[in-house]
Amino acid sequence: MAEQDIDAIIRVRDVTVQFGTTRVLDGLDLDVKRGEILGFVGPSGAGKSVLTRTIIGLVPKVSGRIEVFGVDLDAANSSQRRAVERRWGILFQQGALFSSLTVRQNIQFPAREYLRVSQRLLDEIMVAKLVMVGLKPEVADRYPSELSGGMIKRVALARALALDPELVFLDEPTSGLDPIGAGDFDELVRTLQRTLGLTVFMVTHDLDSLYTACDRIAVLGNGKIIAAGSIADMKASQHPWLQQYFNGKRARAVVA
Amino acid sequence: MCAAGNWTARFAPALERIVSDAEKLRGSRPHIFIDVSQVASLDTFGAWLIERLRRSLSDASAEAEIAGLSANYSSLVDEVRRVGPAPRVVSEGLSITGMLEQIGRTVAGVSGTIIGLVDMLGAVLAAAGKVLIHPRSFRLTSTVHHLEQVCWRAVPIVVLITFLIGCIISQQGIFHFRRFGADIFVVDMLGVLVLREIGVLLVAIMVAGRSGSAYTAELGSMKMREEIDALRTMGFDPIEVLILPRMLALVLALPILAFLGAMAALYGGGLVAWLYGGVDPEAFLLRLRDAISIDHFIVGMVKAPVMAAVIGIVACVEGLAVQGSAESLGQHTTASVVKGIFFVIVMDGVFAIFFASIGM
Repeated sequence: MAEQDIDAIIRVRDVTVQFGTTRVLDGLDLDVKRGEILGFVGPSGAGKSVLTRTIIGLVPKVSGRIEVFGVDLDAANSSQRRAVERRWGILFQQGALFSSLTVRQNIQFPAREYLRVSQRLLDEIMVAKLVMVGLKPEVADRYPSELSGGMIKRVALARALALDPELVFLDEPTSGLDPIGAGDFDELVRTLQRTLGLTVFMVTHDLDSLYTACDRIAVLGNGKIIAAGSIADMKASQHPWLQQYFNGKRARAVVA
Repeated sequence: MCAAGNWTARFAPALERIVSDAEKLRGSRPHIFIDVSQVASLDTFGAWLIERLRRSLSDASAEAEIAGLSANYSSLVDEVRRVGPAPRVVSEGLSITGMLEQIGRTVAGVSGTIIGLVDMLGAVLAAAGKVLIHPRSFRLTSTVHHLEQVCWRAVPIVVLITFLIGCIISQQGIFHFRRFGADIFVVDMLGVLVLREIGVLLVAIMVAGRSGSAYTAELGSMKMREEIDALRTMGFDPIEVLILPRMLALVLALPILAFLGAMAALYGGGLVAWLYGGVDPEAFLLRLRDAISIDHFIVGMVKAPVMAAVIGIVACVEGLAVQGSAESLGQHTTASVVKGIFFVIVMDGVFAIFFASIGM
């Protein structure tokens, strides 16, 4: 983990996050390389979402340094920060769609704010994004409360992709989806990564996603990255939690 | 024709103009190739604009073609080729008939509102009846919690505002009565007004704004997150678990707050009468004892729990009517406060007629 990777799109160094007296992240180091899909796993409550939110800047850190696209987000001024924010897209765990806007307005929102383009182009791009995430254009005028859980995730992904970002954060994208839907979603992330050249930072619990979608896996435990590498590295690891996670009953079912 | 440079979202406004200029070439040549080998970077915006150009240059006789596409981008271009036309926005334009229809629907909705309120009143009474039969199902902890929220925590603001209103009534009374040399009658006015009307009405309006809105927002967000459905599926009656404790807390709280408010207003009024009008406290109390009877106090206190029930019912009906969006939550919270205050004032009028006809 310590090697300096020139091509790292996210570089997290010695980051500590504390809530009251509980130390959630304790001197954590992590690199995400350009163009890869990084699966981020760990026991519930280990702080996976906290790290994601810390990188995005929603959770303040006690110490450490985070660089995204080579920009130190603490040192950046507001216009530099805005430039970085335009280059990433975030899929929140619950979707976080704006409930009083339709699907169309949700997906168009970032583009409408950042780009001065015609309504026609906005509509066309919106349909393109819907098709990309595997939805029919007919859902465009529904409200988020009229969508199923899987559709909400897809629309949220379409919104995250609205400005064609280079980096996407996915917080448990397949949780709450049926296995077929989850499989489709993994496939979708793979396809999008290939077509758009995305870098994907994916927090997940889903072993199938780790096997089918991810290039590399990082494991969080005790506030640190306890292992990072390919599936094969994970299975070879002697760490008890990894042993249990990747060689347990459910894991064998996935491989079989 | 040849496309070059960065075809990405950042440059989308300029690219869109270029593409619409290029679209004018339609039909000028038999067969058109769009050479994209010079394109440095491409994203969905760029790929779609090239595809849009390709489509508008194509006609029945000849299909325009994209040439020189690098392998990196071919899957992206294939992807946007699948995109069909955008569905049109269904917009509801402003029209006279539309506005008339809206007015008609609103008027027709009034009966629905009244039925909803009566319905909720019935459900709450039924739940209360059930609790009377099985006292162990009564939620004491919840009731006490809500009592703290709507009564104890409301005391400072209620006392402060009624105190100030008492001061103002007294000052205005003295200022105008002085011209007739009738300073002392300000005590009569203050006593009757505060005990009969202002005390309870003002406090009820404040409670509608403070606690009615809170009830609506709480129940509404619980409805949005399906928490109320969850309760129901576990075999609990949401009316009994959520609404009855809230209603009871409000019905107990409002008389207490109205009493405290009336006392604070009398105190404020007395203070101003003394400092501004020169009516010393002893004279004030003597005059007050003559001017008011226990009837005035009873009239005020009888109204308080009824107004509390009205505020609570309106707030709970609105809370349960919240739909899935944040906007709906806002609308119903507003409606809760507006309707709550409206019904409080209507009730006050009904009570005024009632007490006048029984001679109280």
